[in-house]
Amino acid sequence: MSIAADRRDPSPISPWRLFAHEMRLSWRDFQGMMTAGRRRRFPVAMAILAAVVAVLHLPALAMVGRYAQVGVAPDPSTLFSATLIVALYLSLLLSQAMETVTRTLYSRGDLDLVLSSPVTPTRLFAVRIVTNAVLMALMAVALIAPFVDALIFAGGPRWLAAYAAAGSAGLIAGAAAVAVTVGLFRLLGPRRTRIVAQVAAAVIGAAFAIGLQVSAIMVYGGVSRAVFAASPAMLLHLPGATSLLWLPARALLGDLPSLAVVVGAAIGLLALTAAVFAPRLGEHSLAASAIAPSTGHHRRRRAHDFRVASASAALRHKEWQLLRRDPWLVSQTLTQMLYLIPPALLLIRNFGSSSGTFVVVVMVLVSVGGQLAGALAWLAVSGEDAPDLVRAAPVSPGAVTRAKVEAVMGAVALLLAPLMIAVAFLAPLHALAAVIGTGCSAASTILIQLWFRAQAKRSLFRRRHTSSRIATFAEALVSFSWAAAAGLAAAGTWFALASVAVALLILAGVKSLAPRTVDA
Amino acid sequence: MNDPTDFPGDRGGRAPSALEVRGLAKTFERPAVDHLDLTVRSGEFYALLGPNGAGKTTTLRMVAGLTRPDAGTIRVNGVDALADPIAAKRQMAWVSDEPMIYDKLTPLEYLEFVAGLWSVEQALAARTSAELLEWLGLTPHANERCEGFSRGMRQKVALAGALVHDPALIILDEPLTGLDAGAARQVKDVLHARVEAGGTVIMTTHILEVAERMAERIGVLANGRLIAEGTLAELRLRSGRGGSLEDVFLTLVGESAAA
Repeated sequence: MSIAADRRDPSPISPWRLFAHEMRLSWRDFQGMMTAGRRRRFPVAMAILAAVVAVLHLPALAMVGRYAQVGVAPDPSTLFSATLIVALYLSLLLSQAMETVTRTLYSRGDLDLVLSSPVTPTRLFAVRIVTNAVLMALMAVALIAPFVDALIFAGGPRWLAAYAAAGSAGLIAGAAAVAVTVGLFRLLGPRRTRIVAQVAAAVIGAAFAIGLQVSAIMVYGGVSRAVFAASPAMLLHLPGATSLLWLPARALLGDLPSLAVVVGAAIGLLALTAAVFAPRLGEHSLAASAIAPSTGHHRRRRAHDFRVASASAALRHKEWQLLRRDPWLVSQTLTQMLYLIPPALLLIRNFGSSSGTFVVVVMVLVSVGGQLAGALAWLAVSGEDAPDLVRAAPVSPGAVTRAKVEAVMGAVALLLAPLMIAVAFLAPLHALAAVIGTGCSAASTILIQLWFRAQAKRSLFRRRHTSSRIATFAEALVSFSWAAAAGLAAAGTWFALASVAVALLILAGVKSLAPRTVDA
Repeated sequence: MNDPTDFPGDRGGRAPSALEVRGLAKTFERPAVDHLDLTVRSGEFYALLGPNGAGKTTTLRMVAGLTRPDAGTIRVNGVDALADPIAAKRQMAWVSDEPMIYDKLTPLEYLEFVAGLWSVEQALAARTSAELLEWLGLTPHANERCEGFSRGMRQKVALAGALVHDPALIILDEPLTGLDAGAARQVKDVLHARVEAGGTVIMTTHILEVAERMAERIGVLANGRLIAEGTLAELRLRSGRGGSLEDVFLTLVGESAAA
């Protein structure tokens, strides 16, 4: 098209075209995430995903099938349980949505291009707010699909309402995330908001579930959220079945008038958010652009004594320094540490009681230890910011790997030590099982990270799973296997050996699938 | 272990060549380096030129021990770099176009880390670091994290890291890319001083004026082969035309492509 012809059409891009553009970018993002950048793999990746989702319907049916006959006018206990499920789901969605909104504000990407065009920032951000919310709604529907399909299969089409309720939860989370992030921006300013919002996003997702477990432990001594929901004391304090508090639960359970109110409220909230916050997001984005080139503080540190350590010590020290100084990375690993709070409370509450209680603590410790080691190993091995510097140094690759493994193991030991010591004080044999199990679990996940190393930026930590699905599944499976082995060993049964065998088999299988190193 | 502060040039047994490459080959999807022979003398400033994809970076990465060659030998100050990579790396520093630094470390902490990797004695490393930071104008920022630094400052931190262990041979891959005139001048001054002190510098660059002004000898690579080598005068003679290095370079590369 000639410039003259272009000038005959002065109207800026329509919101619909902007929306279509945003959706296309999101689709390409999804394709990239599914295929780790190799687009030809997409059909295969989708076929595998479809197969996995199909298989997931079986356990979903086993889990929720018995609830399929719950009526549209259920008792307060059911409504309370359903409300807890909605709140839990909403907290997870809010966590994800906040992460997305923070990215929208701070990652320059195409913002410079679009903001330098005649499109008003208000229009752009209104469309982005709606797009993010729609994507959250789609994600909310997709994640819950196996369970809802199972309910439809067992209880009839009225459970289709659950899809609409989930989608509404996604829209509400998308809108709420914008409000929270803009609020933080006004309160803390552009520099601090970035970190605080990312940390909050990481913590919010886990905090609600853990809060419920903590409540259950403190009140009833058990870790189950169901115990908490079904307790007589709790039922006594619940409002009547007609209370507005149960509206989301009723919508989820298929009550059409309640569903209509929830869907309407979600759309209304989103429209209001877009109208109120889009102009502010434009302003805030411009403010954020002033700090965009730097990923954090440009602050002066206290002068320190210059100390040169050995190569191994220098590498270990560097890994710990980098980890300590990155609040975002700390928050990402913190979510796993949060899951240690319930077992810690369980330990405190059951002080002096039977050691059998601590089997669950042993299992959680071993599982968290493995997952934590895997995450830290990714940072140390694949997330090395200056790989060529380290490889050009006169240090053997074996020594570099050893130092990095020591750094990871040291960090895991430091983080888990307080609970390990507490367990040792109460049940020494259980502690021994926990220490051995955690060591094996951590060593296994570190090995997997070494076999599947793929150089990447540390900022891609959250997307590390996309480089290898095999490594991701193997890490989870192997740490659960070691957790089961340690738990069974703590319970004093020889079945622990079977679980050890499973863990070793997984490791052998993963090793055979690992890509061969092709270069120095 | 050799004392890393002991510069080979200061000793009686000075190696005749800082770098000797023979029959070096590397193939990715096509041959990137094709049985290359290259010799860089001790104490000289050597510029390696070539069009994009000529094999300059691959060659230097193999020398630095970052990429394994398919065939050939590499000797750094007489040390077989493939048989004893650790001993070879002890004498070298590698600086790439993308500064290899850590955002969350301060320049001083970075130099501490690099000195640790090369096992530099503490007092010497502390003194050298302070001098380098001063020389490169980084002293006011010595205790600030690198995350807010400009590209020029980051490259200067990386260069300080390369010099803190006093290497006999410095290999630089496009070190001036993206630097402003002031920062580029500082980097060039540092390299010049290095050569005057007896060190060896090998540098790739697309800025031919820099190579023309700084390099004692120039090698021209095309399709993974050394198509010409010598002083600027020798290259002019070889190309059969006078003028700037740019004219000579384009003639040589054009001839090579036509052949």
